[in-house]
Amino acid sequence: MRWVTAQPGRGRAILLGALPLVMLAFAYIIAAAARHSDNAADKILPLPGAMAAAMAALIFEADPLSGQYLFWADTLASLTRLGLGLGIATASTLLVGLVVGSLPPVRATLGPLVTAIAVIPPIALLPILFIVFGLGETAKVALIVIGVAPFMIRDVAGHIAALPREQVIKALTLGANSWGVMLRVALPQAMPRLIEALRLSLGPAWVFLISAEAIAADVGLGYRIFLVRRYLAMDVILPYVAWIAILAVVMDFALSRGSRRLFGWAHGAAH
Amino acid sequence: MALLSLKNLWVEYGEKVVLERISLDIAEGSFVSIIGPSGAGKSSLLRVVLGQEKPTRGTITLDGAPLPPECGPDRGVVFQRYSVFPHLTVLGNTLLGLEFSASPFTARLFGSARRAAISEAEAMLEQVGLADSRHLYPAQMSGGMQQRLAIAQALIKRPRILLLDEPFGALDPGIRKDMHALITRLWREHGLTIIMVTHDIKEAFSLGTRVLTLDKRRHDPHAPQRYGAAVIYDLELTRKVQQVHAEARADEQAEVGGITIDTVGNN
Repeated sequence: MRWVTAQPGRGRAILLGALPLVMLAFAYIIAAAARHSDNAADKILPLPGAMAAAMAALIFEADPLSGQYLFWADTLASLTRLGLGLGIATASTLLVGLVVGSLPPVRATLGPLVTAIAVIPPIALLPILFIVFGLGETAKVALIVIGVAPFMIRDVAGHIAALPREQVIKALTLGANSWGVMLRVALPQAMPRLIEALRLSLGPAWVFLISAEAIAADVGLGYRIFLVRRYLAMDVILPYVAWIAILAVVMDFALSRGSRRLFGWAHGAAH
Repeated sequence: MALLSLKNLWVEYGEKVVLERISLDIAEGSFVSIIGPSGAGKSSLLRVVLGQEKPTRGTITLDGAPLPPECGPDRGVVFQRYSVFPHLTVLGNTLLGLEFSASPFTARLFGSARRAAISEAEAMLEQVGLADSRHLYPAQMSGGMQQRLAIAQALIKRPRILLLDEPFGALDPGIRKDMHALITRLWREHGLTIIMVTHDIKEAFSLGTRVLTLDKRRHDPHAPQRYGAAVIYDLELTRKVQQVHAEARADEQAEVGGITIDTVGNN
């Protein structure tokens, strides 16, 4: 048996995948316990019990000042911004990517513009967005859109442009016009790629969301992390980071499953 | 009158002459095979007839009317690969031609029009032997089945001319034989006019009623791009003549022997 051909079974793969996570948690607990044996008031590596207590206050108890359940308010605010940003980015990718990808004259016109926008670091545009849109929700959503849409547009347009020329010719000989080729040939084949691009954009989208919330917000997961940093409140920061990781994994998993279910032909799955 | 007429056709890419002085009349109901070495412009000729490329000089007429330099439903095509759409089932691929023409805006059919189209598509799939595979996607089918589908997809538009660009080149020999029988049967039943580019000389002679050989007449070793290919052999084969040919295969071999035919990349 060679390493390059050794295929672990499904159960074993789950076990192997869980192993590093369990080891990481275990190592953390050992380190935290060691620090607490030296200093019972240590804040840098809080014990699980302290984290649970701190989070319980945020999850189950209303904040005396605002009357909100902060954890849920933060989650809702962040997911709304992320959802709006990714939704607008996906819709514009579908529209622009389809047109740029399937119509060579439009590609010649808009391709360089999209590339130019894509190479600008989005965070560098954040001040402009704050100046133009103010410090409200619009600027944060706009940052996510500007951050991920150009990449997605380039990816989807490139995929459509790389469809075999034969397919377009064949569609024309079947009586299609340009619109028909876009609608029945390019669009359906772009959909799985669009979901793939969206999955890859989840990471950057979170980065832009947390950045925008860290700079100017009054609610949100990123806002809370940066707020409690002032009190070295690792017992809140660590569970929040874990919660963000869980949300991101669930989104990625849902997109991946959705793509397989809706576009089985693109995944080589049996039907 | 000839169905398709090419008059003094030239295809040039900048300095490079690909085809020169091609003049042909193709009769309705004929099965024209085009053979010749690689780079002799076989596929260029097919692309020009298809409307995918514009000839630099010369005219093409279909039924006496000049042919627009655009692909259209009057000319069907089957390529060696990528002829079917991977995101549609066998039935969806076959329906597509009917949907495009019936509704230019949504490119879809609904209700009774859709039911009628489905029964037409199913009848066509029956003819190519894919009736039982109508819910499969192309990725789940063999190369031979995909080419059957590509043929059904093209024929449902009832094209004036069917163009085949090495349609069986990627198939293994047993499947290729079945496909030969299929295309011959469809050609007879539908009264098709077919132009087929192939690398396989045997296929060209056994299927065609006419075999065209493209090659360069002249060659300038200092400027190989200077001269293009032309039709150097134009053999009319009636079925009877074909039988005579089969008996006197030696003659045929001698005839073909004079041409350099590239069989590399054949299969």
